[in-house]
Amino acid sequence: MFAKHLDKNIGTEAIQYSPNRVGYGEGLKLAGEKDERVVALSADLTGSTKTDAFAEAFPDRFVQVGIAEQNMASVASGMAAMGKIPFIASYAMFSPGRSWEQVRTTIAYNESNVKIIGAHAGVSVGPDGATHQAIEDIALMRVIPKMVVIAPADEIEARKAVLAAAKYVGPVYIRIAREKTAIATTEASPFTIGVAELCLEKDSAHEKTVGIIVTGTLLHTVLVAGKILNEEGVGASVLHMPTIKPLDKKALDDFGKRHDIIVTVEEHQIAGGLGGAIAEYYSEVAPKRVVKIGVNDQFGQSGTPEELISFFGLDVDGILNKIRNII
Amino acid sequence: MMHYLSQKEVRALETKANEIRQSIIEMLVAAGSGHTAGPLDMADVFALLYFRVLRHDPKNPDWEERDRLVLSAGHICPVLYATMAHAGYFPIEELLTLRKFGSRLQGHPHRTSLPGIETSSGPLGSGLSQAVGMAIAERMNNEYTSKYIYCITGDGELDEGQIWEAAMLAGKEKLHNLIVIVDRNGIQIDGYTKDVMPLESLRDKFEAFNFDVQEVDGHNIRVLNDAIGKAQAIYGKPSVIIAHTIASKGVDVFERDFRWHGNPPGKGPEDRVPKSEQAKVALEKLKTLAGAIEKADS
Repeated sequence: MFAKHLDKNIGTEAIQYSPNRVGYGEGLKLAGEKDERVVALSADLTGSTKTDAFAEAFPDRFVQVGIAEQNMASVASGMAAMGKIPFIASYAMFSPGRSWEQVRTTIAYNESNVKIIGAHAGVSVGPDGATHQAIEDIALMRVIPKMVVIAPADEIEARKAVLAAAKYVGPVYIRIAREKTAIATTEASPFTIGVAELCLEKDSAHEKTVGIIVTGTLLHTVLVAGKILNEEGVGASVLHMPTIKPLDKKALDDFGKRHDIIVTVEEHQIAGGLGGAIAEYYSEVAPKRVVKIGVNDQFGQSGTPEELISFFGLDVDGILNKIRNII
Repeated sequence: MMHYLSQKEVRALETKANEIRQSIIEMLVAAGSGHTAGPLDMADVFALLYFRVLRHDPKNPDWEERDRLVLSAGHICPVLYATMAHAGYFPIEELLTLRKFGSRLQGHPHRTSLPGIETSSGPLGSGLSQAVGMAIAERMNNEYTSKYIYCITGDGELDEGQIWEAAMLAGKEKLHNLIVIVDRNGIQIDGYTKDVMPLESLRDKFEAFNFDVQEVDGHNIRVLNDAIGKAQAIYGKPSVIIAHTIASKGVDVFERDFRWHGNPPGKGPEDRVPKSEQAKVALEKLKTLAGAIEKADS
């Protein structure tokens, strides 16, 4: 069933919750301790992006640029040109949302070693409403050549992703979220940029099979839904895909062959996001039905994170209903 | 470090600027597109920087101790390419590949295509931010650094909001190792800067952002050299040199006309010189000027 490295309490009340931005903050500080070239920039959101631990530990390697995300992207590019490894953090809606062209030209086209942290991504930002709910950021970053795009599942994986990004030479986008989400992975869970992990293997007794691919903080939700599907008589597997670019094509080839239908789940527009990336790939190599669960060409709105996740069909019930309807 | 220039050195730099201008005309004609006015009017500044001011090594473009020159106004890259070729970064003949398929001389600079290019630029306003980032990073390594970060901006470019985001940060961080040179030629694509988007008082604007401001004749090599020397000596704040230039300087029949901003010889306005004659006339004017420089002190 669940991969052995995952938390033993998946789907139970004992599972622990934490915002994965906390993992970014921990990872950044650790990266700073390991490598003095690591620097951090903030556009007046140091606390809520969890950049503050680094800023306090390394005040001489922290730059407060004020509310100026476009400048922040290009300043980071300039610092990288001098050998630094800059992490820039703001809300994903503003960085890379507002700073897209600066990211494209001064970071990616320059092959600049800058790490972009898009915080408060997804509709689960909640009451702030649609202006602050970045649900287009994966698409925006995915179309830029040279850019690596990662959406970690939870706090532990976010920390690993940040440490991996600090070692990787080149531009990286890491998407993190505001709300507490279940910590499904453990310290023992593998994380490598560009590698997907099979987290739930289908019950081979079932005739009908569905392969669910998930990115970001919905991993735990999807694992719970997958377990229920297996109990209901549908062979459901879950492929956890924190790296959306580069795609783990080897894992996708195998996963595609072993399932009748592929379902993608993301807290993002289905156009251009994980669903878009997976559909693009499968249509090239082995035409296969890909059903995309996410936000379908809509803006978000105010509400509690739970209300919004439910409204967009991204909770366990929403995912189960969608999959039951297509099986 | 500030150096006094002898009259002989000034003439040599003027001659170099004239050669750069001739190369600019030749490469633009070969390309069949590109910008004329800005590259011509910045030739004096570039000649001074690459042949006198910058600490650099054309044979070792990645030399760690070099000064950095960030061209924020990427569209005037013909002057950067021509100057780099004359300085020995690459063969002068390669200038004729400008804007052509497979060329290292992209229509707007691409950092990883050509050694010695510090950054990709073209979309306006972001070069200054990158220069600010370089200056901050350098100062993190060495508070009393004498490695200078030079940034060349256009004046139309100053319409971009990002310029002022960068300027605010440069002022806040007191980046004494940042020297900005503004090509104040008074033109942009749609017209004269005073009509498209008035910039004055530019001095007051930069002073309000905690810059040391100098306004100088952008074609007077000696005055420019003195201004750069003074800017290098400033401590506790960034410097900007507003270089008042004459658009298309050197080819009098093109000068001060905004319509030469984005057209190469052969495709410019025809009221003074027919298209078919523009390249020839431009090169003849520059050769005449070259002769005048040689005779100036004799």
